[in-house]
Amino acid sequence: MSVAAPPVPTRTHRRLPGWAPYVVLAGSVALTAALLLALGSLDIAPLFFVGAIVYAVAITAVSTVIEGRRWATDRLATTLVTFAFLLALIPLISLLVKVVGDGAGRFSWEFLTTDMVGIFGSMVEGGVAHAIVGTIYVTGIAGLISVPLGIFTAIYLVEYGSGPIKRGITLLVDVMTGIPSIVAGLFAYTLFLVIFGPAYKSALIGGIALAVLMTPYVIRSAEEMLKLVPNELREASYALGVPKWLTIVKVVLRTAVAGITSGVMIATARVIGETAPLLVTVGTTQAMNWDAFDGRIETLPVYVFRQYAQGGPAADRAWAAALTLLLIVMALNLVGRLVSKFFSPKGGR
Amino acid sequence: MATTTPPQDQTRPADKRAPGRLGNVIFKGISTTSGVMILVTLAAVAIFLLYRAWPALVANASAFEEVNFIGGNLWEWVAPLIFGTVLASVIALVVAVPLSIGIALFISHYAPRRLAQLLGYMIDLLAAIPSVIVGLWGSSWLMPLLDPVFTWLTNTLGFIPLFADYTPPARNITTGGLVLAIMIVPIITATIREVFLQTPRLHEEASLALGSTRWEMIRQAVLPFGRSGIISASMLGLGRALGETMAILLILSPGYSINLNLLEAGQHNTIAANIALHFPESSGIAVDALIASGLILFALTFGVNLLARWIINRRAEFSGAN
Repeated sequence: MSVAAPPVPTRTHRRLPGWAPYVVLAGSVALTAALLLALGSLDIAPLFFVGAIVYAVAITAVSTVIEGRRWATDRLATTLVTFAFLLALIPLISLLVKVVGDGAGRFSWEFLTTDMVGIFGSMVEGGVAHAIVGTIYVTGIAGLISVPLGIFTAIYLVEYGSGPIKRGITLLVDVMTGIPSIVAGLFAYTLFLVIFGPAYKSALIGGIALAVLMTPYVIRSAEEMLKLVPNELREASYALGVPKWLTIVKVVLRTAVAGITSGVMIATARVIGETAPLLVTVGTTQAMNWDAFDGRIETLPVYVFRQYAQGGPAADRAWAAALTLLLIVMALNLVGRLVSKFFSPKGGR
Repeated sequence: MATTTPPQDQTRPADKRAPGRLGNVIFKGISTTSGVMILVTLAAVAIFLLYRAWPALVANASAFEEVNFIGGNLWEWVAPLIFGTVLASVIALVVAVPLSIGIALFISHYAPRRLAQLLGYMIDLLAAIPSVIVGLWGSSWLMPLLDPVFTWLTNTLGFIPLFADYTPPARNITTGGLVLAIMIVPIITATIREVFLQTPRLHEEASLALGSTRWEMIRQAVLPFGRSGIISASMLGLGRALGETMAILLILSPGYSINLNLLEAGQHNTIAANIALHFPESSGIAVDALIASGLILFALTFGVNLLARWIINRRAEFSGAN
């Protein structure tokens, strides 16, 4: 009994071994470095960009020769995709390094606890205490308005709403996340101008502007969280005779509280750095203003902008204030993510 | 007919005795009011802006004569600003969309699963950085870095008007557009990544089973599936770029001309940056004109965002992902 011989592949594509790309990468970087040294200066930015191009060309060429055109295209695509990702990390990393590097010099406890009264010209003193208070006021007012409004809207969308009204609100909430921040500022400005007249200036106006920007974020995250609550929980509660509103308060919101909290913190981090709406509403001042409902107030982002525009020693203050702002934003983001990670109900998705 | 009416009559008193009925009514009322408040807020934004912008919209050129930064009538003044806004956003999109597709592919199909989530967070972190800080970084870190590139461009390709007349520092529309690109990459990436992750697993496996390389699989299965997602994500990014203020304000040296001299400073400005620049020191009809330009910006971004969301929602009904 003769068994037919297995078909012999007429052409076998050899594949590059796993270490080959790294060898090509090392070779490309070395070649680029030598080239750049020969041309003059060795700098990290040209090394990165030229090196990447050299590597892309080299790996594609090597692969075309050994593996064929199809696999070469695949390797080129892999290279480009990875390069796109690394490229996007450059701004992030350089930004963090720059802000920490330039901000650390003036950043101190004294900087955080003094205001700008009596600071002028080339004086290096002065601080952000008044701006921190203003930022807390403005963001606090925005939160007081947008958190209840956002959570109740989310409850409406998930528990009560139906039909075209629900779809319409969902769509408009999404569109509202794209409102330019400066338009929100103009809205708050005109609102108070029309109702209270031109003389009224306070943190409240800025708070309203930020609330317009913050509410859609709160709605979106709260809505996502409420949708994650399993229906069985609601049904179990109804079966025990608990009214719907108590079910929502005691079961649905209790289950989703961690997610909503983290959503609110991330929404706060989003609006706390908004500059444009505050620039057109609350303006700027040198002194501490403890009254949220009367008078101009300084805020951190506006402080950063004003000091940077002034230049000289004020630019150092701008970087230190930028570091302060970044620390606040990062802390809010981090805590928000940790809360949702450790306190959310497991399962359901 | 007669038999169906009595049970209805019986349920009414039963409902009245149901526990928590008052609470239900109040709670539903509050929730519904909140939902309606969103509609009211959006309407109020449009109405208040229109109310204050109206005097400027109907004024003739002579009314603006005393305002030093407005020449001619309102539309002559606003047209270059709209042009600048769109130009900066288009530059941002041209850079950000291919980059975002690459990043989204890297996170969804190239990076190891465990790593992918962390990488996603890192890109999201970029979105959390306040725009004033990005502007600061752009004008102090990015501008000197771009300087040699722009110098080289204008020296070698300067005969094309597009690249002509560069003089340092790089306070031009291209730098502004690049910084906008960095700011909109996270939102575009996040949306595209979600769509790519929803590609039907069977499509991908079918393609691989036919012997495709990973790139061929992506071209056959992932990209066609994600096309509408890429379009709507780009439009979301466009909406964000159109309204971005601080980065442009800190970087661009403003001008009021309509041309494509991408590397020349003092040629363009955007609506948002222009408002932020002039608003604090303005009064009277100038404020009205600035608010009118804000209203135009609002209409522009509203339209773009509405279209983007409409595309996303239309798609969501078919994907089966919800």
